Amino acid sequence: MELLAASAIGVLVACAVWLMLRARTFDVILGLTLLSYAVNAMLFMMGGLALGKPPLIRQGLSPTLASYADPVPQALVLTAIVISFAMTALLVVVALRSREANDSDHVDADDGDDR
Amino acid sequence: MNHLPVLPVLIPLIAGALLLMLHDTGVRIRRRLSAIAVLAMAVVAILLVGLADQGALLVYQLGNWPSSVGIVLVVDRLAALMLLLTVALGAVALAYAANGLDDRQPHFHALLMFQVMGISGAFVTGDLFNLFVFFEVLLIASYGLLVHAADGERLRRATHYMVINLTGSSLFLVAIGLIFGLVGTLNMADLARKVAAQPAENVALLRAAALLLMVVFAIKGALLPLWFWLPRTYAAATPAVAALFAIMTKVGVYAVYRVHTLVFGPEAGAVADVAQPWLLPLGLATLAIAALGALAANTLRTLIGHLVVASAGMLFTAFGVGGQAALGAALYYLVHSTLVAAALFLLADLVLRHRPAAGDCLKTDDAIRRRDALAFAFIVAAISMAALPPLSGFVAKVALLDALSAHPAGAWLWTVVLASGLLVIVALARAGSHLFWRPPPRGLTGTAPVATLRLVEAAPLAALLTASIALSVMADPVLRYAEATATQLLAPQRYIQAVLGQRPVERPEATP
Repeated sequence: MELLAASAIGVLVACAVWLMLRARTFDVILGLTLLSYAVNAMLFMMGGLALGKPPLIRQGLSPTLASYADPVPQALVLTAIVISFAMTALLVVVALRSREANDSDHVDADDGDDR
Repeated sequence: MNHLPVLPVLIPLIAGALLLMLHDTGVRIRRRLSAIAVLAMAVVAILLVGLADQGALLVYQLGNWPSSVGIVLVVDRLAALMLLLTVALGAVALAYAANGLDDRQPHFHALLMFQVMGISGAFVTGDLFNLFVFFEVLLIASYGLLVHAADGERLRRATHYMVINLTGSSLFLVAIGLIFGLVGTLNMADLARKVAAQPAENVALLRAAALLLMVVFAIKGALLPLWFWLPRTYAAATPAVAALFAIMTKVGVYAVYRVHTLVFGPEAGAVADVAQPWLLPLGLATLAIAALGALAANTLRTLIGHLVVASAGMLFTAFGVGGQAALGAALYYLVHSTLVAAALFLLADLVLRHRPAAGDCLKTDDAIRRRDALAFAFIVAAISMAALPPLSGFVAKVALLDALSAHPAGAWLWTVVLASGLLVIVALARAGSHLFWRPPPRGLTGTAPVATLRLVEAAPLAALLTASIALSVMADPVLRYAEATATQLLAPQRYIQAVLGQRPVERPEATP
């Protein structure tokens, strides 16, 4: 399971980097979104991968660390998701306005040969 | 518990929230509210510097949780000094924007408050994840300030700025995830205690995480391969915002100074001082290339942007050299360079508006109005920035060179620092002669409306330049404070004990 999770994150990051290096703001934003997915997944799994272990105390489970998942990465990733979502939304707005004002969605809109 | 450490975050948060609600009231009310908030923060910052100067280390446990479980705010000498600097720049930006800029940007005051909150929060937090959160707060406020009423050029720069900072945030999260996965805590004092005791199989990953953090802070702090976005972005910002941005690169420098002395500092076992071997050559290269960029700049504002980068390069170089003397001198230089860069950004805007045709372009075919006053302000700022005697830049440069000479490669360091200093002098002299050499026109021939030099614009500039002069007159107490700060940074044991030893306050009803 660790190998599968790690490879999935690796593929996501590879796609994200490729998209971010492209010259259109739309691709760059998609790349950033993929990158934040990958990072969030990684952050989430940092507590260790486990099946069927709740992060909150539940009746009937023995009160040792072995029967629970680490709740801190889950709390961290919630914050990270909210922040990256808000940032991406703002970036979409700025990129749209930049496209309107510059009449091009090229990231360096001033060089005219790549329109 | 002493509640002072939380106030630098709380005051701007409350003021910012109120300002959001009051956004359709008159601009005078918003100005007054912001001024009250900044004054209150100034009082808090001065009190904190006073307390820190007596050697106090204030630890504030949010929600009264124990330090290793909850979130802590810590104010030591470094944090108090940076807070005072932040408040000073916030006040300057607020005063300068009262020339009408704040009225044209409906949410200017609220965004300014949130920006100040993010910067102050980054300085007082004692927790790595909260450092990330406050970075994001200051960034999102800066995006708002940057794109307000923006034209195509400014929007394009803002897009670059946002993309590079979002990427940096992702890297920050990767580093945080690695560190939490390996060590199991994100509290910096707790980390410092546990990092040294890591088993050998974790060391490689931990080194990677430490260096990844350095890369993230280098994006904020403008280190060599990562600063090319900065000069044009700062040049595109409105003047009051650019003056406040002068401290944004210093947030990155601060984060390196904090994390790479406390967590990955000399006592971190196998990961001790991982960043220093990288920071010394990269800092020197940043300094040299930014000085060349300053020489090649074609507007005054990009020139100042390069000077900001050069000062960051100087600060990273000093950190790479390490030791109490270099760090102390670097902290004095940090205060000086931030204030003077902010002054230059304000001055660039005045120059821009007093040259009807050429703006702040560095060419001679346009005369400047109000030449004497502006030229005088420029020469004071330039002398200070170029490290010529007798202003604060000179004191800082002498202290830094003195500290660098102790390094084995001291001769090379001197060569690079002095050569780039010469380039900066030439660049500033060139800019000054382009801008101010032509005599003012006889009578008013141009059709452009005459911009008047108003008190609200001149006063913040004068205050910043006076601060530079005051820094050189009172160099002794400031340098002593900076050196004590460096000593405190390099002996993190007391910080660790203060944070982890702090007990939560017992509540009366909890004790039967």
